[in-house]
Amino acid sequence: MAAPMIPAAKTASPRRLLMQRFAESPLAVLGLGTLLLLLGFAALAPWVAPQNPYDIGALEIFDSQLPPGSVSEFTGTTYWLGTDGQARDVLSAMLYGMRTSLIVAVTSVLGALLIGTTIGMVAAYIGGWVDAVLMRIVDLQLSFPAILVALVLLSVLGQGVDKVILALVIVQWAYFARTARSTAMVERNREYVLAARCLNLGSRRIIFRHMLPNCLPPLIVIATIDLAHAIAAEATLSFLGIGVPVTEPSLGMLIANGFEFMMSGQYWISFFPGMALALLILAINLVGDHLRDILNPRNAQ
Amino acid sequence: MTAAERPLLSVERLQTHFHTRAGVVKAVDGVDLTLRRGEILGLVGESGSGKSITGFSILGLIDPPGRISGGRIGFDGRDLVTLPEAERRRLRGKDIAMIFQDPSMTLNPVLRIDTQMIEAVQAHEKISRQAALRRARDVLVAVGIPSPDERLQAYPFELSGGMRQRIAIAIAMINRPRLIIADEPTTALDVSIQGQIIHEVKALCRQTGTALIWITHDLAVVAGLADRIAVMYAGRVVETGTTAEVIRNPQHPYTQGLIASVPSRETRGHRLYQIPGMTPSLLNLPPGCAFSARCAHATETCRTAPELTETGAGRAFRCWHPVGDRR
Amino acid sequence: MLVFVINRLLQSVIVLLVMSVLVFVGIFLIGDPTAMLVSPEATDLERQMVREALGLDRSMLVQYLSFMGNALQGDFGRSFLTGQPALQLILERMPATFELVIVAMGFAVLMGVPLGMLAGMRPEAPSSRAIMALSIFGFSLPTFWIGLMLIMVFAVQLGLLPASGRGPTVEVGPLKLSLLTLQGWYHVALPALTLGLAKAALLIRVTRAATREVLPMDYIKFARAKGLPARRIFGVHLLKNIMIPILTVSGLEFGQAIAFAVVTESVFSWPGMGKLLIDSIITLDRPVVVAYVLIMVFFLVILNLVVDLLYMAIDPSSREKVRD
Repeated sequence: MAAPMIPAAKTASPRRLLMQRFAESPLAVLGLGTLLLLLGFAALAPWVAPQNPYDIGALEIFDSQLPPGSVSEFTGTTYWLGTDGQARDVLSAMLYGMRTSLIVAVTSVLGALLIGTTIGMVAAYIGGWVDAVLMRIVDLQLSFPAILVALVLLSVLGQGVDKVILALVIVQWAYFARTARSTAMVERNREYVLAARCLNLGSRRIIFRHMLPNCLPPLIVIATIDLAHAIAAEATLSFLGIGVPVTEPSLGMLIANGFEFMMSGQYWISFFPGMALALLILAINLVGDHLRDILNPRNAQ
Repeated sequence: MTAAERPLLSVERLQTHFHTRAGVVKAVDGVDLTLRRGEILGLVGESGSGKSITGFSILGLIDPPGRISGGRIGFDGRDLVTLPEAERRRLRGKDIAMIFQDPSMTLNPVLRIDTQMIEAVQAHEKISRQAALRRARDVLVAVGIPSPDERLQAYPFELSGGMRQRIAIAIAMINRPRLIIADEPTTALDVSIQGQIIHEVKALCRQTGTALIWITHDLAVVAGLADRIAVMYAGRVVETGTTAEVIRNPQHPYTQGLIASVPSRETRGHRLYQIPGMTPSLLNLPPGCAFSARCAHATETCRTAPELTETGAGRAFRCWHPVGDRR
Repeated sequence: MLVFVINRLLQSVIVLLVMSVLVFVGIFLIGDPTAMLVSPEATDLERQMVREALGLDRSMLVQYLSFMGNALQGDFGRSFLTGQPALQLILERMPATFELVIVAMGFAVLMGVPLGMLAGMRPEAPSSRAIMALSIFGFSLPTFWIGLMLIMVFAVQLGLLPASGRGPTVEVGPLKLSLLTLQGWYHVALPALTLGLAKAALLIRVTRAATREVLPMDYIKFARAKGLPARRIFGVHLLKNIMIPILTVSGLEFGQAIAFAVVTESVFSWPGMGKLLIDSIITLDRPVVVAYVLIMVFFLVILNLVVDLLYMAIDPSSREKVRD
């Protein structure tokens, strides 16, 4: 049957076109809006949070475990989302916790993206045994559950925000390496790379100035979706008590702290950080899913 | 009309439309066909002419977004279009069977041949596995498969293309259907095997009195096979008649073009004729004769669709300017 | 065929060797090995004795060989907390984990495959879209979060199911099983659901993709043209073809599920080897951690091998390819 012809797009800048196509999905726009809102709150936590949850002196110990909407008898402030076992305002702790979660996740994804892409592109460009060895390592790494690798790494490394970031980079780089390699393998045989080689440009220049920009779209998609994985992984590690230290609680740790109170019906200590975590992950997934649809060259035509 | 005189199959004004996002594709748009018991009909047309869709419509295998939107398909006194799906299923494979184009795709790759043959029998009859297996073996012998017992134990990938198509034919014949629809069953095969298969299918149909619709784009194939020919263009039958009449005295310019583009002794050394232009898109087809854009004889009159002109029993064409008598 | 199996076995042995070296390097060379093998409360004299016992003055190769030699004999050292052999501790907890994972995977397959087929048959239907939306939830939300929500609803609010522990066990030979009692099923329900949901979501996606790939195939249309009932077309012709990716993924996910049981077991205080791992990491009980890691590596490598062989058993044409 004759395939319906798609009318050729009017000349528009690629970025504008991308934004137009992104706006086609209301769900993705909703996801992006939510994500930006949460990012904004997390970044501005010290200014928008009603309380500094790290400042022990500001806590009123008799205000502990208050349900949402309670008004403090001492300071007169309203705890919109209640207080936890240490009388911390759940809303404030949540905003600060989101900040920690995002810092860890974004840093680790950027690190993994950088390392993985470099290794993947080098493997594709050089080929031969270098490629074979690197890809075997990637296969090996990917055949082991990420959570287990991270757990064992942290048991060796010890606690700390930097250690968590390092562990997450180590478990994530392989995904980027594999994607970067497979896209670079396609690009490697394109005319423009051959042309650059004929011009006798250096390998580094060819890889990073010529091939990299063309390999970016799939990497961006992977990075977006991986951000959600990183947030979930960090939350899981912290929930288990082997992630970030107590002094810098992330969402996962806040949820763990509230876990014991949940059994006695004081749901809010875990529930609200949990909702924030779920909202964050779902928003990123909505954006990532749609990005994958519009950046996938197979779907483009 | 008594039951004996009544045609086995009579397709009347059949319309099968596909409702796509870009618009309605009228793949089959008013097709008429008649077939008597044991008769062999060659359904000829280019790809996109709607010949395969016509075959699938008769079998009731049109999937969304496609739909039979009009007409009737009379089969042995019953209208298949309005028949409930449960009863249609009972007809499929039992009274009407089909052979597909690509033998490498028609047999399920993970099921053994015996499984695929036995289930075809057991879907329509309460019969033991052994009895069904015996029948499967007999049919394999009938379609000319050597050492059938071994083949029954095989998986499709272990067999050659020709062998697979013979098995597909055997499956179609296993329930002694009254009508077989063969959708270009030889195009995917080697030329040497093509001839054999055509010959065998013809012989089997004659032997068992099975009617056959042979769908093809190749006029030369049906010339030696069919009793009658129907030529399709852009979702309509543009000419029909006995094989001899259609080939010796074509009335529609399109049929004439098709015949002229078949290589023969006379055309040897000459450049083969080629019909100018392309098959029109079936999406938003303009009114009038669909062939007019490619036709040398087209006039203003062709802006309106020509009705079917009957010039004798079973002889008809759809053209304002028939070309047959001008030679 | 035989050559392939031998080849595959050799590969597995190589992977095992590489992983043992990595674990050795990770645990024994990065950081102070005595700190890792001796409890933090040990005296200097004890440290000295361990150092000599380990032969840290010897070359790395000798150290590695003695480490592997012991490991091959099932000697992974003793737990600092209980003094029991680490291997024995893990083996005792293994049945609980396997019970949990088997129930979870069973749930995932029973739930994921039919829903995935349904979503694949009618991709545009609202029900299919709902299934896919749900699978995004199950796919992206962390397991511990799902477990928490289930506890909140079913254990705390409704009081229907227990939120922790394994319930009474029945001894079958050396194994202690809880699935033989009704109480055991009550206890396993929430943790298995938690662990299974993410796997079900994955299987929905895999099944849907496979269904969408197989349905337009000519052999499905040919099966319909034969007049087969829908039951047979979907239950045999479709299912047997999509079984190949489903079984491959299920097999590999079985290993993932055992790893993820670490999280689920912690949430539900399920006394399996995952909970043991977390407890050991937190209490710095290194020998147990090392033993767990090596056993998991061994198990995952074997699982990969089994999945490969299983794949050949289902897909007749893959046998042909191997023979060539």
